[in-house]
Amino acid sequence: MNLIHLFLVSFLTENIVLTKFLGICPFVGTSSKEKSAAGMGGAVTFVVTISGILTYLLYHYVLVPTDTVYLKTLLFVLVVACMVQIIEMVIKKWNPKLYQNLGIYLPLITTNCAVLGILLLNITNQYSFLEMLTYCIGSSLGFTAVIYTFATIREQLEKRDVPEYWKGYPIAFITVAIMSLLFSRYL
Amino acid sequence: MKIIKNGIFYENPVFVLLLGLCSTLAITTKFENAYLMGICVTFVLIGSNVIISLIRRWIPDNVKTPVFILIIATLVTIIELIVKNYANDVYEVFGIYLPLIVVNCIILGRAIVVASKQNVGYSALDGLGIGLGYTLAIMLIALIREVFGSNTITLMDSISSLTGYRAIYHVFPENFIPISFLVSPAGAFLTLGILMGVFNSIRKRRTT
Repeated sequence: MNLIHLFLVSFLTENIVLTKFLGICPFVGTSSKEKSAAGMGGAVTFVVTISGILTYLLYHYVLVPTDTVYLKTLLFVLVVACMVQIIEMVIKKWNPKLYQNLGIYLPLITTNCAVLGILLLNITNQYSFLEMLTYCIGSSLGFTAVIYTFATIREQLEKRDVPEYWKGYPIAFITVAIMSLLFSRYL
Repeated sequence: MKIIKNGIFYENPVFVLLLGLCSTLAITTKFENAYLMGICVTFVLIGSNVIISLIRRWIPDNVKTPVFILIIATLVTIIELIVKNYANDVYEVFGIYLPLIVVNCIILGRAIVVASKQNVGYSALDGLGIGLGYTLAIMLIALIREVFGSNTITLMDSISSLTGYRAIYHVFPENFIPISFLVSPAGAFLTLGILMGVFNSIRKRRTT
């Protein structure tokens, strides 16, 4: 029961993009096309889940016993960078078209705040293994859902007549503000 | 001078390049947090730019990004330890957003675009300029959100253990009802969107 609750909270009400501001850069960057948005979301979900398990084990069985917790930022970044490198090779081989679409944003998952943010939140919130797994999957699916929805909205937005200086990013952020209102517990 | 102006105005990381937005939006609920975060980011930016520019000849092309990230992560860990030691309250307020400076795209972006190609002096100045641009931008956002959202300006609160006194000012008379919506996440997006539009119009009018 607790796990379902955690899943829903991380997926909807505490969505990492709309309430914790993580992963904004790929959010505005890749989301101009539906397909690359979905691809990005899938890649993030995969990276987060695998590196969540890895960092959990490393943190509790290596860093804590040796009393070197302050190295966690460095270690987590390394784990994420390696995972991204592996994924990049896999996608390049299996789906070259998707690889072309994702372009520059695939290596940039390394510097995606959402990935490192979720890993660090796992530690600060002191989750158990199962909770950690639920949180990882819930929040990265939340990321995917929001980025995909936003991409479809933006495609419509491009056809509309927006005042010149507000075209592109400014109007996009105002749209995100409305989405954030819908997701948060304000309404 | 020209490089610094470039960083603040023409290549402002927040309004023009759209980099490093996570921390920009998350910690701008108080004016104090904004300038403290600005100082931390500027320090890391100058440090990483200088170090990378010094060793740029010895880094092979295909392992460039991992090496840069390791250098940045080391600098951030140093900052983290300093802040935790001297100003624990600030450390608590920043939470995960302090270690997240590692993945602040401004820093890696500048490392790839500038520091790996230019000499040390230019890179250091570029770091300073971009850092200042970032700091000014988030200070502006924080000012708007705090003044209208909670009717205060916090100059010193969580670093009061370090400086010895607090400074929180009220702006409007008591009967002003703060627009608490601005302090919420949605308010952050709205403020940034509007500021970006205004900045855009000023910049385009200047250049034409």
